[in-house]
Amino acid sequence: MGRRTARAASPMTSSVRRRLGHVCRAAGAPALLLLLSSCGGAAPSTLSPAGVGARRVAGLWWLLFGISVVVAVLVAVLLAWVMARRTRAGVHARTGSGRAFVVTMGVVLPAIVLAFVYAVGLRDLRDLAVPRDPHALVIEVVGHQWWWEVRYPASGFVTANEIHVPTGSTVRLRLSTADVNHSFWVPQLAVKTDLIAGRVNEMWLRAEHDGVYRGQCAEYCGLQHGHMAFHVIAQPAAEFASWLAGQARPAAVPAGGAPARGLRVLEASSCAACHTVRGTRADGKVGPDLTHVGGRRFLAAGAIPNTPGYLGGWISDSQSIKPGNAMPPQPLAPEDLRSLIAYLGTLR
Amino acid sequence: MSIADAAGAYRAAEEAAGERVARHWPEGHGLRGWITTVDHKRIGRRYMVTAAVFFTLAGIEALVMRTQLTLPEGKVVSPGVYDQLFSLHGTAMIFFFATPMLFGFGNFLLPLMLGTRDMAFPRFNAFGYWVFAAAGLFMFSSLLFGVAPNAGWFAYVPLSGARYTPDLNLDVYSLGLLFLGISTTGSGINFIATALKLRAPGMTLSRVPVFVWALVVTSFMVVFALPPLNLANAMLFLDRRFGTKFFVPTGGGDALLWQHLFWLFGHPDVYIIVLPALGIVSAIVPTFSRRPIAAYPVIVLATVATGIISFGVWVHHMFAVGLPQLAMTFFSAASIVITIPAGIQIFSWLGTMLLGRVVLAVPMLWALGFILVFVLGGVTGVMFAIVPFDQQSTDSYFVVAHFHYVLFGGAVFPIIGGVFYWWPKFTGRTTSVRAGLWSFWLVFAGFNLTFFPMHIAGLLGMPRRVYTFSPGLGWDAWNLLSTAGAYLLAVGLLVTLSTLLYSLRRGAPAPPDPWGGETLEWATASPPPTHDFAVIPTVYSLHPLWDQRTLDSFHEESRSPLHVQADGHDVLRTTELDAEPQLGVEMPEDTPVPFVAAFGLLIAFTSLLLGGYLAAIAGAAVFGFSLMWWLWPRDRPGSSGGGERRGEGEGGGSAGGEREEASA
Repeated sequence: MGRRTARAASPMTSSVRRRLGHVCRAAGAPALLLLLSSCGGAAPSTLSPAGVGARRVAGLWWLLFGISVVVAVLVAVLLAWVMARRTRAGVHARTGSGRAFVVTMGVVLPAIVLAFVYAVGLRDLRDLAVPRDPHALVIEVVGHQWWWEVRYPASGFVTANEIHVPTGSTVRLRLSTADVNHSFWVPQLAVKTDLIAGRVNEMWLRAEHDGVYRGQCAEYCGLQHGHMAFHVIAQPAAEFASWLAGQARPAAVPAGGAPARGLRVLEASSCAACHTVRGTRADGKVGPDLTHVGGRRFLAAGAIPNTPGYLGGWISDSQSIKPGNAMPPQPLAPEDLRSLIAYLGTLR
Repeated sequence: MSIADAAGAYRAAEEAAGERVARHWPEGHGLRGWITTVDHKRIGRRYMVTAAVFFTLAGIEALVMRTQLTLPEGKVVSPGVYDQLFSLHGTAMIFFFATPMLFGFGNFLLPLMLGTRDMAFPRFNAFGYWVFAAAGLFMFSSLLFGVAPNAGWFAYVPLSGARYTPDLNLDVYSLGLLFLGISTTGSGINFIATALKLRAPGMTLSRVPVFVWALVVTSFMVVFALPPLNLANAMLFLDRRFGTKFFVPTGGGDALLWQHLFWLFGHPDVYIIVLPALGIVSAIVPTFSRRPIAAYPVIVLATVATGIISFGVWVHHMFAVGLPQLAMTFFSAASIVITIPAGIQIFSWLGTMLLGRVVLAVPMLWALGFILVFVLGGVTGVMFAIVPFDQQSTDSYFVVAHFHYVLFGGAVFPIIGGVFYWWPKFTGRTTSVRAGLWSFWLVFAGFNLTFFPMHIAGLLGMPRRVYTFSPGLGWDAWNLLSTAGAYLLAVGLLVTLSTLLYSLRRGAPAPPDPWGGETLEWATASPPPTHDFAVIPTVYSLHPLWDQRTLDSFHEESRSPLHVQADGHDVLRTTELDAEPQLGVEMPEDTPVPFVAAFGLLIAFTSLLLGGYLAAIAGAAVFGFSLMWWLWPRDRPGSSGGGERRGEGEGGGSAGGEREEASA
């Protein structure tokens, strides 16, 4: 099974896709072109796959899309024929039962097409099964309302909302939830898998190219379901290894100045009750681990970019940015806040 | 005497027996008449109007949601309000609009199409309406108190559990659906009994209109599909209120159990909504193709097959929850197979039109529009049967697009088409053709502009049920288009409503048979008199009003007491398969008991919601005592007498049979 997953979309589906591409460019089907053109940008699109699973499903989509277009056009043509030809004054209704037409078009032809489609679906289902690769990197993802806890058990550290993976390698994900159901979905990399309360689900992904791929919770999970994103960062193996080593280290102790003062603020304020910064006295388990928060691209599960300004706004009043999240407003003195921001910025 | 057409049949029957029959079918007036009526036509109209009100409310909710999603990071409503809006929108459209609206059609039309005078259990029918109205009030008033359901229409645990939604929101949901379930189940049983026992003589199973088949199959599905939903909701209520652990994994329960129970109901429910709507199309298409429906046995078989297979496909809503592959392959196959009966129906309509002479009247236009959008919803439906594609696209906007094509396209289009088709029969008025055309084209354009872009937003990775979205993800333009479409759609629906209201006040009086229809409902006045038919015809074919012998029977059978039933408030009972006449049975008179019983239930459910358990018991007692009053055996002097007993197995005699029926 694992062996077969290495293949990209089969020749059959990719040739269908190519042909469709020619057809629609030639015909200039505007809707389709619009659709294609909007895939190139920053969209986390299922149609611009960068992972083995997503590529296979994109191939499947183009096959299903092609068949759907044929069916829809056939019905539309028949309807147009009816409206144009069967409404004329001289036309007389015919009395035949029409059973042969209905059985041919409604049973025989669909059965052939559907059997084919089902077979293709089965093949893809088999190929996308979780590979039994004992050497694959295992990452544990725990869903929380409304952020993602990410654990690298082999390296023994915990991070949040950013999942780094080595490009080209199979990664197995163990998915569980700390509260309600969620769903793990990175459209460009792999099909989604739900995080079900009381269960552990497994999925896998393999990124084909380096890049940052946006993922988002796809199972409604309450107030901030809309702001429960994450990012998968696929990087070359060497880069990934050094990231892994860096993450495994505890936070650096600041030499002095604002960051040192910020650390004292962190340990003395309520931050430490909920967040962990390894190597400090902050060891709370409620919110995301902040040991290397300074290196992350986004804050609050993809809701805002990780800049000092947004970080300050988040600490002071996260409820105005992401109403309902678990973090209460932190009424820090301006100087304390500035120091804290400076300290968190050093945690890379 | 040879009768020329349906109107002639109506006049002949009325002349021969109208006066004798009508005096046993008085119409109640005033407030008392309004509350006590058991007339299937008044109840049917009432269902439709109430369902239309809920449709409007749930539609306004949708418009607010689309407004919120016009631009990224919109701030029109708070996330908490948005969650209530989308949850109540789905719950209301599915439970309080689609099924009650179609059951309203069924209530009004079933006895007329079958050639009888009322539903089998008229008081039960009235009770069903009052329970539906009370449950709707119960559900919608929660929005005013800010405790409307907010865990989506399928209310997955643990989110819907007490720990994560401690307020009353989900108690409103579970109790409201249990309350409504009483009405829906009762209606289903009533439709089955009516269709099996009250068909006009000669209407063998092979002469039953497709619409009736669709409604009967739907009713059987209701009877079998609602128990898992009721069970799940009862367990959810117990979990939330009394701390049981059915769905709590840490207490030995199972969160997936809810999903299985819910979808075991939920997928058949899609067909519970769509099948009667397809039945409406099967009524419209032959009339405006001027020929009988193509391949009648095949389309009936397809309808029955859909009802059966639909119970084996529920897991395709759960392909992403981590089930074993082997299980998924089975449900994938079943989900693919169920498209075949749908395809049969599509090509049966197309075949009918291709062989017919098509008249592009307003109802037909809605049917044609329906076919196109339903096919678009159908092809994406096949995609969701393919496991890997489903896993990629489920819970994205692609699925939102898909099910609106199926449910708005597949149910609302036929419903509006059906309203235009039977409006003369419902109200006695005709509608403006020009306004009807505007209404269709605006709704058609608005619908596609709203929902087509959602396919693309979904493919571009936009998950459903998000109260807002970040800019720069490629979703902005598609959401803007959808919102513009939603407003166009709202305008179209307003035009539709205005067209109908204008017709109600100013429309020209409608003749009995304005379209030249084939089924029996056109052989009576528009709107029909309380007794529906003065003479019960004998049916000789699948398209009785296009058949001379059936038309003539309206006159000829006026000499038969069996067909006239003029000795009381009576209908004619026939055998289940061959519709051989059996005997006349007396139907119950108007009564306030169903209203009181439903009111008792409203008190009981509201008290249960608010935790007033003594008051809940009092409400249940009101309900219980009204049932006793209702079912208490009473001797009625002057029995029907008109029924000649035929066949065997009627050992109890007509008097016993009458008493039984009279109390039902």
